[in-house]
Amino acid sequence: MQRHVLVIFPHPDDESFGASGTIAQFREQGVPVTYLCGTLGEMGRNMGNPIFANRENLYTFRKQELFEAAKKLDIQVEMLGYRDKTLEFEPQKEVSERIRSYIDTLKPNLIITHYPGYAVHPDHNALGAAVMEAVRTMDSNEQLEVWAHAISNQHEDELGPPDVVHDVTPYWEQKLNAIETHLSQASGMMSLLKDSQKDDTQTSEQLERLRTERYYRLSIKK
Amino acid sequence: MQAIEIDKVQPLIDAFAGKDVYVHLETTNGAYASHFNENAYNVGAFIRNAHVRYQHGKIVGTGGSFRVGLKLDLGWVYAEGVTDFEMDDQNRLLMAGHDVEGRLMVALEISETPFSHESEDA
Ligand SMILES: [Zn+2]
Repeated sequence: MQRHVLVIFPHPDDESFGASGTIAQFREQGVPVTYLCGTLGEMGRNMGNPIFANRENLYTFRKQELFEAAKKLDIQVEMLGYRDKTLEFEPQKEVSERIRSYIDTLKPNLIITHYPGYAVHPDHNALGAAVMEAVRTMDSNEQLEVWAHAISNQHEDELGPPDVVHDVTPYWEQKLNAIETHLSQASGMMSLLKDSQKDDTQTSEQLERLRTERYYRLSIKK
Repeated sequence: MQAIEIDKVQPLIDAFAGKDVYVHLETTNGAYASHFNENAYNVGAFIRNAHVRYQHGKIVGTGGSFRVGLKLDLGWVYAEGVTDFEMDDQNRLLMAGHDVEGRLMVALEISETPFSHESEDA
């Protein structure tokens, strides 16, 4: 049984799209979960549909959405306070040291993050790489596991099948609920999901991707 | 934000002319463009808090899409495709262009005070 799960992604909503079924399962088992969120998604393109946010106040909505999603998922939230889109330009050592201090405090035995190089958004790749650097600097990390979320279209060709495959159908309601909370970002996805009668392949592919949360176990040997 | 009307926006642009102002200028097609369409290409640029003074500025356009040019002593600030505007509660002129799904494609913002440059929680 997991003692404490630390989820580390850069954007408010990454946790809901990428891991909320898994998170719901851990919470059901009584495992504490903390979401360490890298940025407030200040540079997101989605402004709500219909539009209700602008570039300057978007972060206030996204922060609120993050707190609400965390409340629904019954998890703690911590924020690294970086600015959206800029993570890859920060010194990686500095970012990894910040992450390391959270790991030292929270003592997770499972970290869920993005698979560096296979996570499409530059912030995803940069934060995932910083997480890996952080765990590799630890003196004793034998008890720690890292599950990495890959997103890129061809990742299975290169990485093979994922190590952890969670069918999150039993937690589908919680997952949809969490995604829906990110109102400024998720309206497109929600209309897609609610209109799931549509049987074009791209829709069913996206649905299928959401119904199964898959992770690769990363080696954290130095 | 509301739909741009030249009569409403031109006086706002005029009001910042000749002053030291901060500009946020941005265009993007998103970090997932080539993920969802392999023939697409991710393109984006932003400059936050360019500190400039413009001699004059002008908004031009038809059919709901507008161009804005600000003439500097040594150059120009230019944005194409803005459709909506707002004077926010901090007296900043925010202009942006959105696609049919409400996603931001271009933004030009003018303020006498700097825009936040780090996360508000930093
Ligand atoms: Zn993200």
